[in-house]
Amino acid sequence: MSHPIQAAEFLQDQAKSKWHDETLWFVRDKRDKISKSVPEWENLRELASQIKDNVLANLGSYLEEFEKNAKANNIHVHWAKDAEEHNRIVLGILQEKRCNAIVKSKSILTEECHLNPYLEKNGIEVVDTDLGERIVQFLNQAPSHIVLPAIHLKKRDISEIFHEKLHTEKGNEDPDYLTHAARIHLREKFLSAKVAITGVNFGVAETGEFVVCTNEGNADMGVHLADVHIACMGIEKIIPKRAHLGVFHRLLARSATGQSVTNYTSHFRSPFPGKEIHIVLVDNGRTAQLARPKFKNSLKCIRCGACMNTCPIYRRSGGFSYESTVPGPIGSILSPGIDLQKHSSLPFASTLCGSCTDVCPVKINIHEQLYEWRQEITKAQPDRAKSLAMKIANGVFAVPFAYNLSGNMMRGALKILPDSITYSGLNTWGKQRDLPELPKESFKDWYKKNRK
Amino acid sequence: MSSRDLILSKIKAVPLEAKELPTIPEFEFEGDLKARFIASILANKGEVITKAEFFSLLDSGVFEKVYSHIEDFSSFNNIKITEDAHQLNDLNLAIIRGQFGVAENGAIWLEDRDMGLRALPFITEHLVIVLDSAHLVANMHQAYDRIGLQESGFGLFIAGPSKTADIEQSLVIGAHGAKSLRVVLI
Repeated sequence: MSHPIQAAEFLQDQAKSKWHDETLWFVRDKRDKISKSVPEWENLRELASQIKDNVLANLGSYLEEFEKNAKANNIHVHWAKDAEEHNRIVLGILQEKRCNAIVKSKSILTEECHLNPYLEKNGIEVVDTDLGERIVQFLNQAPSHIVLPAIHLKKRDISEIFHEKLHTEKGNEDPDYLTHAARIHLREKFLSAKVAITGVNFGVAETGEFVVCTNEGNADMGVHLADVHIACMGIEKIIPKRAHLGVFHRLLARSATGQSVTNYTSHFRSPFPGKEIHIVLVDNGRTAQLARPKFKNSLKCIRCGACMNTCPIYRRSGGFSYESTVPGPIGSILSPGIDLQKHSSLPFASTLCGSCTDVCPVKINIHEQLYEWRQEITKAQPDRAKSLAMKIANGVFAVPFAYNLSGNMMRGALKILPDSITYSGLNTWGKQRDLPELPKESFKDWYKKNRK
Repeated sequence: MSSRDLILSKIKAVPLEAKELPTIPEFEFEGDLKARFIASILANKGEVITKAEFFSLLDSGVFEKVYSHIEDFSSFNNIKITEDAHQLNDLNLAIIRGQFGVAENGAIWLEDRDMGLRALPFITEHLVIVLDSAHLVANMHQAYDRIGLQESGFGLFIAGPSKTADIEQSLVIGAHGAKSLRVVLI
């Protein structure tokens, strides 16, 4: 289904969609306030952008450097060309360890690879441990936002599903109470898991270490209690040096939620004695995106979600309307590269206002890339209704007589036609818009009368 | 061809123009490091207490099971630490020493030797970090300068207690990890 159809569904519940819009704007506002408290904010964005440019220009050599150093630190390094291979590698490790239940902290990459259903099909219990992710997992949903996975839900919804799954009191919607119930439930899972999976925020070529950021501490609860830590990392997450973490950590949490840093920033360099760390480096379309000069900059993304919080379309249409793992403006330039047919409506789900580009901490030209994708998509699959309208318009504008005649006809007709015809399904422009009030005469007639 | 070689060859096949790495300049920091650090910890929902307040907290007896990884306070220890972190599940209070703190965000740097078991600062119900107020840096650039290329297997910035806002954006302290962070600034 296309984005407009999904968005219309989201907007059915007006109170909820208004709350969604206002809450995300509040997060955007927090980001504005805290970014303005850092005098060198714009310098940091420029530095981050330049570091990422350098990464994309030397991706292969940084990956090899990372692999060499990680191996020297006793980390097992795996490479996966696509989602299927990534999933097979993870399952292989679990089977070797005879593990049939895992805990997993937030990883957008494993969502992209659809790891959970794959593991479940192979008899593995997967427990997402980020509170928001656990909530949507209970509901058999995907996260609707990359930083705020359950932002589409109200506490009433969460109270209901917790009552069903965790036997909390019916009707108790207190966030403290519900979070505490989840703490007790997930503590059991942490204590019993032999393998823990995490995502990766940054991989450092210079040291072979990788960094994971959370506020809940769920990634660390999982990996430090388990015997085996599997970290899943997109190849574009690499950065050259440890010192560069300073730049990205100053930008990431401030851009994401308006806080100065996440409460836990964990650097994994080598496994604890007697334990194992595996890292899976995943391509899954990233090298193809790198080869597209107009779109390769999308690979600079550090997944802060700031472009979603600011986007007037995302805020009013919800994450699910995009039907893509990464929704919002950045998702709308990443997803068409993976499946152009499926995601062809996404680059049009934008006003091209440029707010996404303005807040992006690594200065990705998101709105320009959205525009570029529109050109590509129109070339690949011309929209028939619009192209017919354009052909007619072309004929009318080319012949003065036809133009004058049709102008007179429309001024007359629109006055007497009922709205059901004027705003019929053929007039896609008029779905959410009113036509302007019509003048009584054309400018040409008015000019003839008033100026000789 | 292995997937490794396939991925690397695909990258090599893309013609890319050279891009220099930028130099990170020294950014000036205005104001008092200690005051800023304290404000940052409070913003992260942690607390900053004095040594005297710390001792009276320990004497209050509200913490049943206590473990200090700092030699100076090991007289308060009333549990034995084994190699198995699972046994820390009912620990009420852990006391560790932070290497240094970052004024701009309240982050405190810890390495393997500062915590013993990596699970310690997460699994404990409450956490105290003792920090020398002379060991403060202004920002994250200075922090990584100070860390340098140390070789600890695990390195960690802690900036506050475990928290979440996943239910309607309402802030709740104590998601999975420590329900409180008290920083003893000496």
